[in-house]
Amino acid sequence: MTAYYWSILYGAVLTVGVSLAALAVSILLGLLGAGAKLSGRTGLMALATAYTTIVRGIPELVLMLLVFYGGSIGINALLELSGTGATLDINPFTAGVLTLGFIYGAYMTETFRGAILAIPRGQFEAAAAFGMGPVQTFLRITAPQMVRYALPGFTNNWLVLIKATALVSLIGLQEMTYLAKQASAATRSPFAFFLFTATLFLLYTWASLIVLRRLHARYSLGAKRGQL
Amino acid sequence: MNWEVIFRPESLAMYGEGFLTTLGLLASSLAVGGVLAMLFALALTGPSVWLQRIVGAYTFVIRGTPLLIQVYLIYYGLGQLEWIQARWDTVWPWTHFKEPFFCALLAFSLNTAAYTAEMLAGAIRETNAGEIESAQAFGMSRFQVMLRIVLPSAMRRTLPAYSNEVVMMLHSTSLASAVPAMLDVTAAASRIYSDFYLPFEAYLFAAAIYLACTFCLIGLFKLAEGRFLVHLAARTH
Repeated sequence: MTAYYWSILYGAVLTVGVSLAALAVSILLGLLGAGAKLSGRTGLMALATAYTTIVRGIPELVLMLLVFYGGSIGINALLELSGTGATLDINPFTAGVLTLGFIYGAYMTETFRGAILAIPRGQFEAAAAFGMGPVQTFLRITAPQMVRYALPGFTNNWLVLIKATALVSLIGLQEMTYLAKQASAATRSPFAFFLFTATLFLLYTWASLIVLRRLHARYSLGAKRGQL
Repeated sequence: MNWEVIFRPESLAMYGEGFLTTLGLLASSLAVGGVLAMLFALALTGPSVWLQRIVGAYTFVIRGTPLLIQVYLIYYGLGQLEWIQARWDTVWPWTHFKEPFFCALLAFSLNTAAYTAEMLAGAIRETNAGEIESAQAFGMSRFQVMLRIVLPSAMRRTLPAYSNEVVMMLHSTSLASAVPAMLDVTAAASRIYSDFYLPFEAYLFAAAIYLACTFCLIGLFKLAEGRFLVHLAARTH
Protein backbone atom coordinates (compact mmCIF):
# COMPACT_ATOMS: atom_id res chain seq x y z
CA MET A 1 0.00 0.00 0.00
CA THR A 2 2.65 2.58 0.98
CA ALA A 3 4.44 1.92 -2.33
CA TYR A 4 1.40 3.35 -4.12
CA TYR A 5 1.50 6.50 -2.00
CA TRP A 6 5.17 6.91 -2.86
CA SER A 7 4.45 6.51 -6.57
CA ILE A 8 1.76 9.21 -6.34
CA LEU A 9 4.29 11.46 -4.62
CA TYR A 10 6.71 10.87 -7.50
CA GLY A 11 3.83 11.73 -9.83
CA ALA A 12 3.60 15.07 -8.05
CA VAL A 13 7.01 15.96 -9.50
CA LEU A 14 5.54 15.51 -12.99
CA THR A 15 2.49 17.59 -12.06
CA VAL A 16 4.76 20.43 -10.93
CA GLY A 17 6.85 20.01 -14.10
CA VAL A 18 3.86 20.13 -16.45
CA SER A 19 2.32 23.12 -14.71
CA LEU A 20 5.55 25.17 -14.65
CA ALA A 21 6.38 24.38 -18.30
CA ALA A 22 2.81 25.25 -19.35
CA LEU A 23 3.06 28.46 -17.30
CA ALA A 24 6.23 29.46 -19.20
CA VAL A 25 4.49 28.86 -22.55
CA SER A 26 1.38 30.76 -21.43
CA ILE A 27 3.38 33.77 -20.19
CA LEU A 28 5.19 33.96 -23.53
CA LEU A 29 1.94 33.67 -25.51
CA GLY A 30 0.22 36.09 -23.13
CA LEU A 31 2.90 38.76 -23.64
CA LEU A 32 2.79 38.27 -27.42
CA GLY A 33 -1.01 38.36 -27.40
CA ALA A 34 -1.18 41.47 -25.22
CA GLY A 35 1.43 43.12 -27.44
CA ALA A 36 -0.61 42.24 -30.52
CA LYS A 37 -3.85 43.53 -29.00
CA LEU A 38 -2.23 46.84 -28.03
CA SER A 39 -0.23 47.19 -31.26
CA GLY A 40 -2.90 49.19 -33.06
CA ARG A 41 -2.41 47.12 -36.24
CA THR A 42 -5.70 45.75 -37.54
CA GLY A 43 -4.37 42.37 -38.67
CA LEU A 44 -2.54 41.59 -35.43
CA MET A 45 -5.45 42.78 -33.28
CA ALA A 46 -7.93 40.61 -35.20
CA LEU A 47 -5.64 37.60 -34.88
CA ALA A 48 -5.21 38.07 -31.12
CA THR A 49 -8.94 38.64 -30.61
CA ALA A 50 -9.75 35.48 -32.57
CA TYR A 51 -7.20 33.56 -30.44
CA THR A 52 -8.59 34.68 -27.08
CA THR A 53 -12.25 34.33 -28.12
CA ILE A 54 -11.98 30.86 -29.64
CA VAL A 55 -9.67 29.33 -27.04
CA ARG A 56 -11.76 30.60 -24.13
CA GLY A 57 -14.91 29.17 -25.74
CA ILE A 58 -13.77 25.52 -25.93
CA PRO A 59 -13.29 23.12 -22.99
CA GLU A 60 -9.65 22.41 -22.07
CA LEU A 61 -10.24 18.66 -22.32
CA VAL A 62 -11.57 18.85 -25.90
CA LEU A 63 -8.63 21.03 -27.01
CA MET A 64 -6.22 18.64 -25.33
CA LEU A 65 -7.71 15.60 -27.06
CA LEU A 66 -7.68 17.53 -30.34
CA VAL A 67 -3.99 18.39 -30.00
CA PHE A 68 -2.92 14.98 -28.70
CA TYR A 69 -4.82 12.70 -31.09
CA GLY A 70 -5.41 15.08 -34.00
CA GLY A 71 -1.99 16.73 -33.79
CA SER A 72 0.03 13.53 -34.10
CA ILE A 73 -1.99 12.41 -37.13
CA GLY A 74 -1.60 15.85 -38.71
CA ILE A 75 2.16 15.94 -38.15
CA ASN A 76 2.61 12.44 -39.51
CA ALA A 77 0.53 13.31 -42.58
CA LEU A 78 2.83 16.27 -43.17
CA LEU A 79 5.92 14.09 -42.71
CA GLU A 80 4.49 11.58 -45.16
CA LEU A 81 4.04 14.34 -47.73
CA SER A 82 7.67 15.35 -47.26
CA GLY A 83 8.58 11.79 -48.22
CA THR A 84 11.29 11.23 -45.62
CA GLY A 85 9.57 8.21 -44.09
CA ALA A 86 10.14 9.66 -40.64
CA THR A 87 7.39 9.47 -38.01
CA LEU A 88 6.94 11.58 -34.92
CA ASP A 89 4.78 10.85 -31.92
CA ILE A 90 3.56 13.65 -29.73
CA ASN A 91 4.06 12.40 -26.20
CA PRO A 92 1.49 13.24 -23.51
CA PHE A 93 3.91 15.60 -21.72
CA THR A 94 4.50 17.75 -24.81
CA ALA A 95 0.82 17.68 -25.79
CA GLY A 96 -0.21 18.61 -22.25
CA VAL A 97 2.30 21.44 -21.90
CA LEU A 98 1.54 22.87 -25.35
CA THR A 99 -2.25 22.67 -24.95
CA LEU A 100 -2.33 24.08 -21.42
CA GLY A 101 0.17 26.77 -22.43
CA PHE A 102 -1.92 27.63 -25.49
CA ILE A 103 -5.17 27.81 -23.47
CA TYR A 104 -3.84 29.81 -20.52
CA GLY A 105 -1.92 32.03 -22.96
CA ALA A 106 -5.34 33.33 -24.00
CA TYR A 107 -6.29 34.11 -20.37
CA MET A 108 -2.85 35.65 -19.74
CA THR A 109 -3.31 37.85 -22.83
CA GLU A 110 -6.33 39.49 -21.22
CA THR A 111 -4.62 39.80 -17.83
CA PHE A 112 -1.46 41.35 -19.29
CA ARG A 113 -3.40 43.65 -21.59
CA GLY A 114 -5.29 45.06 -18.62
CA ALA A 115 -2.07 45.41 -16.59
CA ILE A 116 -0.26 47.30 -19.36
CA LEU A 117 -3.26 49.61 -19.82
CA ALA A 118 -3.16 50.36 -16.07
CA ILE A 119 0.33 51.89 -16.33
CA PRO A 120 0.09 55.70 -16.65
CA ARG A 121 0.75 56.91 -20.21
CA GLY A 122 3.29 59.44 -18.97
CA GLN A 123 5.66 56.59 -18.14
CA PHE A 124 5.89 55.58 -21.81
CA GLU A 125 6.20 59.18 -22.94
CA ALA A 126 9.06 59.72 -20.47
CA ALA A 127 10.75 56.53 -21.74
CA ALA A 128 10.43 57.78 -25.31
CA ALA A 129 11.80 61.16 -24.23
CA PHE A 130 14.86 59.41 -22.79
CA GLY A 131 15.39 57.79 -26.18
CA MET A 132 14.58 54.22 -25.12
CA GLY A 133 13.62 51.76 -27.86
CA PRO A 134 10.67 49.35 -27.57
CA VAL A 135 12.75 46.55 -25.99
CA GLN A 136 14.34 48.86 -23.42
CA THR A 137 10.97 50.43 -22.63
CA PHE A 138 9.46 47.01 -22.05
CA LEU A 139 12.29 45.71 -19.86
CA ARG A 140 12.86 48.87 -17.80
CA ILE A 141 9.46 50.55 -17.68
CA THR A 142 6.58 48.22 -18.62
CA ALA A 143 7.62 44.89 -17.11
CA PRO A 144 8.48 46.05 -13.55
CA GLN A 145 5.28 48.09 -13.25
CA MET A 146 2.83 45.69 -14.90
CA VAL A 147 3.71 42.92 -12.44
CA ARG A 148 1.77 44.64 -9.67
CA TYR A 149 -1.34 45.11 -11.79
CA ALA A 150 -1.13 41.67 -13.40
CA LEU A 151 -0.56 39.60 -10.24
CA PRO A 152 -4.19 39.24 -9.03
CA GLY A 153 -5.38 37.98 -12.43
CA PHE A 154 -2.17 35.98 -12.87
CA THR A 155 -2.76 34.26 -9.51
CA ASN A 156 -6.26 33.20 -10.58
CA ASN A 157 -4.99 31.88 -13.93
CA TRP A 158 -2.19 29.97 -12.23
CA LEU A 159 -4.53 28.28 -9.74
CA VAL A 160 -6.85 27.21 -12.56
CA LEU A 161 -3.85 25.97 -14.57
CA ILE A 162 -2.61 23.82 -11.66
CA LYS A 163 -6.00 22.18 -11.40
CA ALA A 164 -6.18 21.69 -15.17
CA THR A 165 -3.01 19.56 -15.10
CA ALA A 166 -5.19 16.75 -13.69
CA LEU A 167 -6.74 16.56 -17.18
CA VAL A 168 -3.40 15.54 -18.70
CA SER A 169 -3.93 12.16 -16.98
CA LEU A 170 -6.75 11.54 -19.48
CA ILE A 171 -4.27 11.54 -22.39
CA GLY A 172 -2.00 9.15 -20.53
CA LEU A 173 0.60 11.26 -18.71
CA GLN A 174 1.53 9.43 -15.53
CA GLU A 175 1.13 12.32 -13.11
CA MET A 176 -0.60 12.20 -9.70
CA THR A 177 -4.18 11.74 -10.91
CA TYR A 178 -3.21 8.97 -13.34
CA LEU A 179 -1.22 7.09 -10.69
CA ALA A 180 -3.99 7.52 -8.13
CA LYS A 181 -6.46 6.01 -10.58
CA GLN A 182 -4.12 3.09 -11.27
CA ALA A 183 -3.55 2.53 -7.57
CA SER A 184 -7.32 2.56 -7.00
CA ALA A 185 -7.89 -0.01 -9.70
CA ALA A 186 -5.16 -2.25 -8.28
CA THR A 187 -6.11 -2.06 -4.60
CA ARG A 188 -9.84 -1.27 -4.69
CA SER A 189 -9.44 1.54 -2.22
CA PRO A 190 -10.03 4.56 -4.47
CA PHE A 191 -11.28 6.84 -1.67
CA ALA A 192 -7.96 6.93 0.16
CA PHE A 193 -5.84 7.47 -2.96
CA PHE A 194 -8.01 10.21 -4.46
CA LEU A 195 -8.21 11.95 -1.09
CA PHE A 196 -4.41 11.81 -0.85
CA THR A 197 -4.07 13.28 -4.38
CA ALA A 198 -6.61 15.99 -3.59
CA THR A 199 -4.60 16.91 -0.50
CA LEU A 200 -1.40 17.19 -2.54
CA PHE A 201 -3.17 19.48 -5.02
CA LEU A 202 -4.48 21.55 -2.12
CA LEU A 203 -0.96 21.90 -0.71
CA TYR A 204 0.34 22.95 -4.13
CA THR A 205 -2.34 25.63 -4.65
CA TRP A 206 -1.96 26.83 -1.06
CA ALA A 207 1.84 27.13 -1.32
CA SER A 208 1.48 28.99 -4.64
CA LEU A 209 -0.93 31.40 -3.02
CA ILE A 210 1.54 32.22 -0.24
CA VAL A 211 4.44 32.76 -2.68
CA LEU A 212 2.36 34.94 -4.99
CA ARG A 213 1.06 37.02 -2.08
CA ARG A 214 4.63 37.76 -1.03
CA LEU A 215 5.51 38.63 -4.60
CA HIS A 216 2.56 41.00 -4.76
CA ALA A 217 3.67 42.69 -1.53
CA ARG A 218 7.22 42.99 -2.94
CA TYR A 219 6.06 44.59 -6.19
CA SER A 220 3.62 46.89 -4.42
CA LEU A 221 6.38 48.53 -2.35
CA GLY A 222 6.15 52.27 -2.69
CA ALA A 223 2.67 52.17 -4.17
CA LYS A 224 0.39 54.63 -2.41
CA ARG A 225 -2.85 53.31 -0.99
CA GLY A 226 -5.81 55.57 -0.45
CA GLN A 227 -7.12 55.91 3.11
CA LEU A 228 -10.80 55.13 3.43
CA MET B 1 -10.18 15.61 -44.00
CA ASN B 2 -13.13 13.27 -44.07
CA TRP B 3 -16.22 15.12 -42.98
CA GLU B 4 -18.76 12.71 -44.54
CA VAL B 5 -18.41 10.38 -41.56
CA ILE B 6 -19.19 13.19 -39.12
CA PHE B 7 -22.26 14.31 -41.03
CA ARG B 8 -23.75 10.82 -41.36
CA PRO B 9 -27.11 10.57 -39.59
CA GLU B 10 -25.78 8.03 -37.05
CA SER B 11 -22.87 10.28 -36.04
CA LEU B 12 -25.06 13.35 -35.85
CA ALA B 13 -27.55 11.41 -33.70
CA MET B 14 -24.71 10.51 -31.33
CA TYR B 15 -23.62 14.16 -31.07
CA GLY B 16 -27.28 15.11 -30.58
CA GLU B 17 -27.64 12.67 -27.70
CA GLY B 18 -24.38 13.94 -26.23
CA PHE B 19 -25.57 17.51 -26.57
CA LEU B 20 -28.75 16.72 -24.62
CA THR B 21 -26.71 15.08 -21.85
CA THR B 22 -24.35 18.07 -21.72
CA LEU B 23 -27.23 20.53 -21.54
CA GLY B 24 -29.05 18.40 -18.97
CA LEU B 25 -25.94 18.19 -16.79
CA LEU B 26 -25.32 21.92 -17.12
CA ALA B 27 -28.89 22.97 -16.32
CA SER B 28 -29.38 20.60 -13.40
CA SER B 29 -25.98 21.25 -11.81
CA LEU B 30 -26.55 25.01 -12.10
CA ALA B 31 -29.97 24.64 -10.50
CA VAL B 32 -28.81 22.46 -7.59
CA GLY B 33 -25.54 24.39 -7.27
CA GLY B 34 -27.42 27.69 -7.30
CA VAL B 35 -29.65 26.74 -4.36
CA LEU B 36 -26.65 25.45 -2.39
CA ALA B 37 -24.65 28.57 -3.29
CA MET B 38 -27.38 30.82 -1.90
CA LEU B 39 -27.41 28.92 1.42
CA PHE B 40 -23.59 28.90 1.60
CA ALA B 41 -23.38 32.62 0.80
CA LEU B 42 -25.85 33.39 3.60
CA ALA B 43 -23.76 31.25 5.95
CA LEU B 44 -20.55 33.01 4.86
CA THR B 45 -22.02 36.45 5.55
CA GLY B 46 -24.16 35.42 8.52
CA PRO B 47 -23.64 36.05 12.24
CA SER B 48 -22.43 32.55 13.16
CA VAL B 49 -18.63 32.34 13.20
CA TRP B 50 -18.75 28.54 13.18
CA LEU B 51 -20.91 28.39 10.06
CA GLN B 52 -18.55 30.89 8.41
CA ARG B 53 -15.56 28.71 9.24
CA ILE B 54 -17.15 25.47 8.07
CA VAL B 55 -18.42 26.87 4.77
CA GLY B 56 -15.14 28.78 4.30
CA ALA B 57 -13.17 25.55 4.70
CA TYR B 58 -15.53 23.85 2.25
CA THR B 59 -15.04 26.47 -0.48
CA PHE B 60 -11.27 26.49 0.17
CA VAL B 61 -11.02 22.72 -0.37
CA ILE B 62 -13.33 22.62 -3.39
CA ARG B 63 -11.67 25.58 -5.08
CA GLY B 64 -8.18 24.24 -4.36
CA THR B 65 -8.57 20.78 -5.87
CA PRO B 66 -9.22 19.70 -9.48
CA LEU B 67 -12.82 18.92 -10.45
CA LEU B 68 -11.65 15.68 -12.08
CA ILE B 69 -10.47 14.40 -8.68
CA GLN B 70 -13.77 15.44 -7.12
CA VAL B 71 -15.62 13.46 -9.79
CA TYR B 72 -13.37 10.45 -9.20
CA LEU B 73 -13.82 10.75 -5.42
CA ILE B 74 -17.59 10.63 -5.72
CA TYR B 75 -17.87 8.13 -8.57
CA TYR B 76 -15.14 5.66 -7.60
CA GLY B 77 -14.24 6.73 -4.06
CA LEU B 78 -17.56 6.63 -2.23
CA GLY B 79 -18.12 3.05 -3.35
CA GLN B 80 -15.19 2.04 -1.17
CA LEU B 81 -16.90 3.16 2.03
CA GLU B 82 -18.67 0.26 3.69
CA TRP B 83 -21.28 2.59 5.14
CA ILE B 84 -22.39 3.47 1.59
CA GLN B 85 -21.95 -0.09 0.33
CA ALA B 86 -24.33 -1.36 2.98
CA ARG B 87 -27.01 1.07 1.80
CA TRP B 88 -26.73 1.60 -1.95
CA ASP B 89 -28.71 -1.50 -2.87
CA THR B 90 -31.76 -0.71 -0.77
CA VAL B 91 -31.90 2.57 1.19
CA TRP B 92 -33.31 5.37 -0.97
CA PRO B 93 -30.95 8.31 -1.37
CA TRP B 94 -27.90 6.05 -1.49
CA THR B 95 -29.23 3.90 -4.34
CA HIS B 96 -28.45 6.84 -6.67
CA PHE B 97 -24.71 6.52 -6.03
CA LYS B 98 -24.61 3.71 -8.56
CA GLU B 99 -25.84 5.99 -11.37
CA PRO B 100 -23.10 7.79 -13.33
CA PHE B 101 -25.36 10.77 -14.13
CA PHE B 102 -26.15 11.30 -10.45
CA CYS B 103 -22.48 11.11 -9.44
CA ALA B 104 -21.43 13.59 -12.14
CA LEU B 105 -24.31 15.88 -11.19
CA LEU B 106 -23.40 15.75 -7.50
CA ALA B 107 -19.73 16.55 -8.18
CA PHE B 108 -20.56 19.42 -10.55
CA SER B 109 -23.21 20.91 -8.22
CA LEU B 110 -20.92 20.84 -5.18
CA ASN B 111 -18.16 22.40 -7.27
CA THR B 112 -20.17 25.26 -8.79
CA ALA B 113 -21.84 25.91 -5.42
CA ALA B 114 -18.44 26.71 -3.85
CA TYR B 115 -17.40 29.16 -6.58
CA THR B 116 -20.82 30.83 -6.80
CA ALA B 117 -21.15 31.11 -3.00
CA GLU B 118 -17.88 33.09 -2.79
CA MET B 119 -19.02 35.46 -5.57
CA LEU B 120 -22.41 36.00 -3.99
CA ALA B 121 -20.90 36.46 -0.51
CA GLY B 122 -18.54 39.07 -1.95
CA ALA B 123 -21.47 40.97 -3.47
CA ILE B 124 -23.47 40.75 -0.22
CA ARG B 125 -20.53 42.16 1.78
CA GLU B 126 -20.12 45.03 -0.68
CA THR B 127 -23.74 46.15 -0.35
CA ASN B 128 -23.88 49.89 0.26
CA ALA B 129 -24.10 50.49 4.03
CA GLY B 130 -26.58 53.33 3.48
CA GLU B 131 -29.09 50.98 1.85
CA ILE B 132 -29.00 48.65 4.84
CA GLU B 133 -29.22 51.52 7.34
CA SER B 134 -32.25 53.04 5.64
CA ALA B 135 -33.92 49.62 5.54
CA GLN B 136 -33.30 49.29 9.28
CA ALA B 137 -34.62 52.82 9.79
CA PHE B 138 -37.84 51.64 8.14
CA GLY B 139 -38.04 49.02 10.86
CA MET B 140 -37.29 45.99 8.66
CA SER B 141 -36.11 42.84 10.41
CA ARG B 142 -32.81 41.16 9.51
CA PHE B 143 -34.70 38.67 7.35
CA GLN B 144 -36.64 41.41 5.57
CA VAL B 145 -33.49 43.47 4.92
CA MET B 146 -31.89 40.40 3.33
CA LEU B 147 -34.91 39.47 1.25
CA ARG B 148 -35.96 42.93 0.09
CA ILE B 149 -32.75 44.96 -0.09
CA VAL B 150 -29.51 42.98 0.02
CA LEU B 151 -30.21 39.85 -2.04
CA PRO B 152 -31.97 41.45 -5.03
CA SER B 153 -29.12 43.90 -5.49
CA ALA B 154 -26.32 41.42 -4.67
CA MET B 155 -27.67 38.85 -7.12
CA ARG B 156 -27.78 41.45 -9.86
CA ARG B 157 -24.24 42.60 -9.18
CA THR B 158 -23.04 38.97 -9.29
CA LEU B 159 -24.42 38.54 -12.81
CA PRO B 160 -21.25 39.41 -14.81
CA ALA B 161 -19.04 37.11 -12.68
CA TYR B 162 -21.72 34.43 -12.73
CA SER B 163 -21.77 34.42 -16.54
CA ASN B 164 -18.08 33.42 -16.44
CA GLU B 165 -18.91 30.66 -13.97
CA VAL B 166 -21.67 29.32 -16.22
CA VAL B 167 -19.34 29.18 -19.22
CA MET B 168 -16.69 27.47 -17.04
CA MET B 169 -19.35 25.00 -15.94
CA LEU B 170 -20.32 24.25 -19.56
CA HIS B 171 -16.68 23.43 -20.21
CA SER B 172 -16.44 21.41 -17.01
CA THR B 173 -19.29 19.14 -18.11
CA SER B 174 -16.80 17.69 -20.64
CA LEU B 175 -15.25 15.91 -17.62
CA ALA B 176 -18.36 13.74 -17.53
CA SER B 177 -16.75 11.87 -20.42
CA ALA B 178 -14.15 10.63 -17.89
CA VAL B 179 -16.95 8.66 -16.20
CA PRO B 180 -17.67 5.47 -18.14
CA ALA B 181 -21.22 5.08 -19.48
CA MET B 182 -21.76 8.84 -19.75
CA LEU B 183 -22.36 10.07 -23.30
CA ASP B 184 -21.88 13.84 -23.43
CA VAL B 185 -20.57 15.80 -26.45
CA THR B 186 -16.94 14.97 -25.62
CA ALA B 187 -17.67 11.28 -25.10
CA ALA B 188 -19.59 11.23 -28.41
CA ALA B 189 -16.52 12.68 -30.14
CA SER B 190 -14.29 10.10 -28.44
CA ARG B 191 -16.55 7.28 -29.64
CA ILE B 192 -16.54 8.54 -33.23
CA TYR B 193 -12.76 8.90 -33.01
CA SER B 194 -12.31 5.32 -31.88
CA ASP B 195 -14.83 3.95 -34.39
CA PHE B 196 -13.40 5.68 -37.47
CA TYR B 197 -9.95 6.85 -36.34
CA LEU B 198 -10.76 10.45 -37.26
CA PRO B 199 -9.64 12.39 -34.17
CA PHE B 200 -9.24 15.74 -35.89
CA GLU B 201 -12.73 15.88 -37.40
CA ALA B 202 -14.45 14.30 -34.38
CA TYR B 203 -12.98 16.65 -31.75
CA LEU B 204 -13.13 19.71 -34.01
CA PHE B 205 -16.87 19.16 -34.44
CA ALA B 206 -17.27 18.84 -30.65
CA ALA B 207 -15.24 22.03 -30.20
CA ALA B 208 -17.57 23.83 -32.63
CA ILE B 209 -20.61 22.70 -30.62
CA TYR B 210 -19.09 23.99 -27.36
CA LEU B 211 -18.06 27.26 -29.02
CA ALA B 212 -21.60 27.82 -30.33
CA CYS B 213 -23.03 27.06 -26.86
CA THR B 214 -20.56 29.45 -25.23
CA PHE B 215 -21.55 32.28 -27.58
CA CYS B 216 -25.27 31.60 -26.95
CA LEU B 217 -24.73 31.69 -23.17
CA ILE B 218 -22.69 34.90 -23.36
CA GLY B 219 -25.42 36.44 -25.53
CA LEU B 220 -28.13 35.43 -23.05
CA PHE B 221 -26.20 36.93 -20.15
CA LYS B 222 -25.65 40.17 -22.12
CA LEU B 223 -29.43 40.37 -22.54
CA ALA B 224 -29.96 39.64 -18.84
CA GLU B 225 -27.41 42.30 -17.86
CA GLY B 226 -29.20 44.79 -20.09
CA ARG B 227 -32.42 43.98 -18.26
CA PHE B 228 -31.23 43.67 -14.64
CA LEU B 229 -28.16 45.91 -14.46
CA VAL B 230 -29.58 48.84 -16.40
CA HIS B 231 -29.30 51.04 -13.30
CA LEU B 232 -25.51 50.55 -13.27
CA ALA B 233 -24.97 51.28 -16.97
CA ALA B 234 -22.93 54.34 -17.95
CA ARG B 235 -25.18 57.37 -18.41
CA THR B 236 -25.30 58.91 -21.84
CA HIS B 237 -26.91 62.32 -22.14
